[in-house]
Amino acid sequence: MNFDDTPQEAAFRAEAKAWIAANAPRQYEDELRKASLGRVALKGANILEVAKAWQKKKADAGWACLHWPKEYGGRGSSPIERVIWQQEEGPFGRLSSMFIIGHGMCGPTMMAFAGEEQKRKYLPPLASGEKIWCQLFSEPAGGSDVAGLRTRAEKSGDEWVINGQKIWTSGAHYSDYGILLTRTDPDVAKHKGLTMFFLDMKSPGVEVRPIKQANGASDFNEVYFTDVRIPVSQRLGNVNDGWNVSLTTLMNERMSIGAGVANGFPELFDFCNSLMLEDGPAIENRAVRSKLANWAVKASGLKYTSMRAISALSRGERPGPENSIGKLVAGSMIQDVATCALDLQGAAGALSGPEDAEVAGKFQAMLLRAPGTRVEGGTDEIMRNIIAERVLGLPGDIRVDKDVPFNKIPTKGRA
Amino acid sequence: MNFDFSDEQKQMRDEARKFLSEQCPPKAVREVLDGKAPYDKALWKGLAEMGFLGVAIPEQFGGAGAGHLELCVIAEEMGRALAPVPFSSTVYLAAEAILIAGSDAQKQKWLPKIASGDAIGTLALFEGKGNPSPKAVKVTANGGVLNGVKKPVADGAIADFAVVAARTGSSGRESDISLFIVDLKAGGVEVKSLTNIDLTRGQAEITFKDAKAEPLGPAGEGWSVITQVLDRAAVLTAFEQVGGADRALEMGRDYALDRIAFGRPIGSFQAVKHMLADMYVSATLARSNCYYGAWALSTNAGELPEAAAAARISATQAFQHCAKNNIQVHGGMGFTWEFDCHMYYRRANAVALGLGSLSYWEDALIDRMRKKNAA
Repeated sequence: MNFDDTPQEAAFRAEAKAWIAANAPRQYEDELRKASLGRVALKGANILEVAKAWQKKKADAGWACLHWPKEYGGRGSSPIERVIWQQEEGPFGRLSSMFIIGHGMCGPTMMAFAGEEQKRKYLPPLASGEKIWCQLFSEPAGGSDVAGLRTRAEKSGDEWVINGQKIWTSGAHYSDYGILLTRTDPDVAKHKGLTMFFLDMKSPGVEVRPIKQANGASDFNEVYFTDVRIPVSQRLGNVNDGWNVSLTTLMNERMSIGAGVANGFPELFDFCNSLMLEDGPAIENRAVRSKLANWAVKASGLKYTSMRAISALSRGERPGPENSIGKLVAGSMIQDVATCALDLQGAAGALSGPEDAEVAGKFQAMLLRAPGTRVEGGTDEIMRNIIAERVLGLPGDIRVDKDVPFNKIPTKGRA
Repeated sequence: MNFDFSDEQKQMRDEARKFLSEQCPPKAVREVLDGKAPYDKALWKGLAEMGFLGVAIPEQFGGAGAGHLELCVIAEEMGRALAPVPFSSTVYLAAEAILIAGSDAQKQKWLPKIASGDAIGTLALFEGKGNPSPKAVKVTANGGVLNGVKKPVADGAIADFAVVAARTGSSGRESDISLFIVDLKAGGVEVKSLTNIDLTRGQAEITFKDAKAEPLGPAGEGWSVITQVLDRAAVLTAFEQVGGADRALEMGRDYALDRIAFGRPIGSFQAVKHMLADMYVSATLARSNCYYGAWALSTNAGELPEAAAAARISATQAFQHCAKNNIQVHGGMGFTWEFDCHMYYRRANAVALGLGSLSYWEDALIDRMRKKNAA
């Protein structure tokens, strides 16, 4: 049992480290490091431009999308090399946030289902960050139940015509392309009438509107489709087989390891170390210590769980199911951590202005953002279902709409 | 990076599991539960023959000379099987104390007997309620004899010898405490069995009346040895707890698959599924913390105090959580004597206290993290 690199891993790490030291945009390092939570912003610079420049530089030197094949803009690296790269990239990895969906979900879906010519055309600029992709699955009527989506695609000659609405689309406003899940047959059961496409987000009839979230920020969008036309060549997978195609996309989302979801513990521990309460430092208060200890072992448990997964990659094995707990644990933990940090401040904990609030309002922002963390990318409840069904082997829920034609499924609860 | 046990170590775990599933089925645990025997003597002998008792004892002292990682994988299986034997008292506490502080002669005398199953040892630390603290030690040592009362002492009624923490000074500092080895079969020692929540493991009160005692380690250094022993035992016990947690989770999962209510397996109800998913989460977090503890223990790393506390807290929570919710999944049947659920519940809650309770380790963890932060 050890934390050491193999000789090959050490050599790869040294090469990555040297290249990053010579090429990374160091002027932003401090800001990126401090932006530990929430959205990354840079003072006096356009984050999108900085991110694209860094991605292009990496791509030109062969350090983009490491695990992708070389002919599609990657490096053909092993999974463990990808993890080592992420470790070495450190705070500069935060510049990749707008590429995560494209690289993690859209790219692999294109690789599995697009034609060879399309792959050679679309994947390299996706890898290099010159083109950004988004994923258009969720709808107002289909969140956890994605297969309940209603956006229609109807065939018209050489084209498919799209009408409907998507929601919670990250980065739609700066995306060049998207993968789109649609309903092509409403007369069959809901999973059996879906079809996947990719499309140019600048197509006529596509309208992107930002969502104002509960915390006041706008990280996501609604996307409206009005008679948007997609060439038949841009269909991914067979007609009405979109559900299986989407499983490939979602599987890739859950395969990514090493990124780690923020849990707020390091920030809270530092805060309690410096905060003075009436009767002394917060960290010497018994009640505070008990809470901190409980979160400390969750944070370390998550850290060493991902170390175990990385070890499996290092041996050339597929990681076990342990990593599926990460988002579930971290999501509710960050909410509790933020609540605790405000509680320690008493009435002043309600103040959120950077000049008045402790630590520039970091914990207040964390608290207001946290409900979203527990919903996005699979709600806590969906994550528990996944663990129960795929890890523990428990039966799926009884699905009352499984064999009902989609257009006969009730759409309202109370009449 | 290879943050995992080696293939040989995993093979040893499989061997231990196979051995225990044959030699320590629930039926055997129930012999002790029902008071028919104070511990499973045949199993104890078998563990010695398998080389498990001395796995971390150096060869020169009669052990297998493997190491603590090997002991960790065996500990996990002992916890999983609820082995009703004085393994933790003898191997994690008494043997480790002698390994840390014993003279060559003391090691020669006791360690081979531990490895061969001929001597049961324990640590006599507590004196009534409260957590480990030098201030709580009132038993006195003067002129080579001990006086006072220790309770509870794990496996005290079946132990041949005990490592005893006693007061040799009155300065109010840690250096007032020294360690001694006492032959519990000799004169001046009275032992009384005490009823406790885990009927598969004994607890006792031991009264020393001018009992002969041999110093273990230098005078005044007893507390530092105790701290080290507790850290090591915390990691090893955490593996037992993870083994128990995993088994309780499996029992709950299996029952949820088999039991039909409202016309469907109860494992298809989200209320039950989510309970089991949460059990899996806590068992997984605990296992990962334990692996880190094992790494720190086996390399004698400076991180051991922090890693041990984290493993202890996480594994205690996981075993308690899985054991209680296993009963909940079983419903009424889980609350019967006949089903094994309560044996895990009893063990989970007793083992949560034996090395100091959760609040003690929470405090220790924060102290240790602060120390590291300041350094």
